[in-house]
Amino acid sequence: MTMGQATIKPDTLIHHSTHGEEGFSFTHLLEHVKDSREIELPGTHLELPRFDPIHIGSLTIDLSPTKHVVFLLLAAIVLITIAILTARRYKKSLVPTGFTNLMEILVLFIRDEVALPSMGHTGVKYVPFLLTTFFFILIMNLAGLVPYGATATGNIAVTAGLATIAFFMIQLSAIRAQGLKHYLAHLTGGVHWALWPIMIPIEILGLFTKPFALCMRLFANMTGGHIVILSLIGLIFLFKSFIVAPISVLFALAIYMLELFVAFLQAYVFTMLTSLFMGLGMQVEHSTETHESHS
Amino acid sequence: MFEINPGLMIWTSITFVALVIVLTKFAWKPMLTMIAKREEQIREALTQAEKARAEAAEMMRQNEQNLARAEDEYRRILREGKEMAEKLKDEIVSKARVQAEQELLKAQEEIQRSLEAARQELKSEVAELAIRAAEKILNESLDAQKHKNIIDSVLRQLPKN
Repeated sequence: MTMGQATIKPDTLIHHSTHGEEGFSFTHLLEHVKDSREIELPGTHLELPRFDPIHIGSLTIDLSPTKHVVFLLLAAIVLITIAILTARRYKKSLVPTGFTNLMEILVLFIRDEVALPSMGHTGVKYVPFLLTTFFFILIMNLAGLVPYGATATGNIAVTAGLATIAFFMIQLSAIRAQGLKHYLAHLTGGVHWALWPIMIPIEILGLFTKPFALCMRLFANMTGGHIVILSLIGLIFLFKSFIVAPISVLFALAIYMLELFVAFLQAYVFTMLTSLFMGLGMQVEHSTETHESHS
Repeated sequence: MFEINPGLMIWTSITFVALVIVLTKFAWKPMLTMIAKREEQIREALTQAEKARAEAAEMMRQNEQNLARAEDEYRRILREGKEMAEKLKDEIVSKARVQAEQELLKAQEEIQRSLEAARQELKSEVAELAIRAAEKILNESLDAQKHKNIIDSVLRQLPKN
């Protein structure tokens, strides 16, 4: 999976460990949004353990935990706690109160405004998947806005992992809805068999572009906001003057508010598009029939 | 910036899949079923409320109908009562008039009869007096002065009528 400038490296962190403290440079800003081997804590930092990388063929996989892995798992734990506590509240009473109300608004929004319109009635069984996608991404996005936090979704590997699952879910739901035969028939695009050598690669490429777009969109949005905030704060150090500080801080605050919104928006967009792509794959039945009648 | 760490991708995938499984079983499914259950309850309650409302409206309509009928009945009874009273009054008055006439007639007859009887009695009395006067005349000596006196005394004894 080599896309554009993207390269697969077993350890993307090696060359960042050699940076000095002297002077200010915008490249230092990137250090913050990048993954690292240590977790910053108030006054100190925690070194994460390292495992030996595993070699599978030519690929070297390093499974040792990084900052983003820690925040990934932290988000998972937070989500499990919140979701299970919320679900437990329903056992006491069917009437939601307080925090349960907020959760219910989001859950019902995903069910009624995202899953059902794009997938119809069959979409009900994919609602738990979409809910997990939405809340997991949301919590990871918000984790970056907390002091000492990090945005795991600002790492392209994480969004690529999420997009891979979305890719499998899109294909799986399509196959389940229309059967393997129709699914494969759709890959031919319904054109004359002589054109298949051209059509099939295009269709297959089409399958990958959707989740690729999901991956890039989430990554870019979550990284972008952080870089803007850091740049604004960085201006103070660049000009070495505290006259800039009030303006910088004010702008940074505004961007922070925007990021808060973007955290929700991008979680929603990722979920909505996944649901939409699933729905598209499930509805192809009719168009496949017309394709067949043409050929 | 664009380097992908496959280890992190694997971590993400594993975490996400585990999260989907755990949350579906322990959070989303219970939550969604509870929400669906509540929605069903609300729907049921709404239909029931609608039914109750329709029933109440029907009852109201019936009540109004009953009230109107009762009012009609009351008016009819009042009218009939008035009519009957009128009739009864007329009847009583006419009967009373007849009776009074009869009474008057009877009274007149009675007066007539008692007048007749009085007259008869007077006649017999006068006759008796005449006989007694004749007796007195026969018993006493007959002179003119005496005659005169006798006749005067008899006449004086007569009731003045």
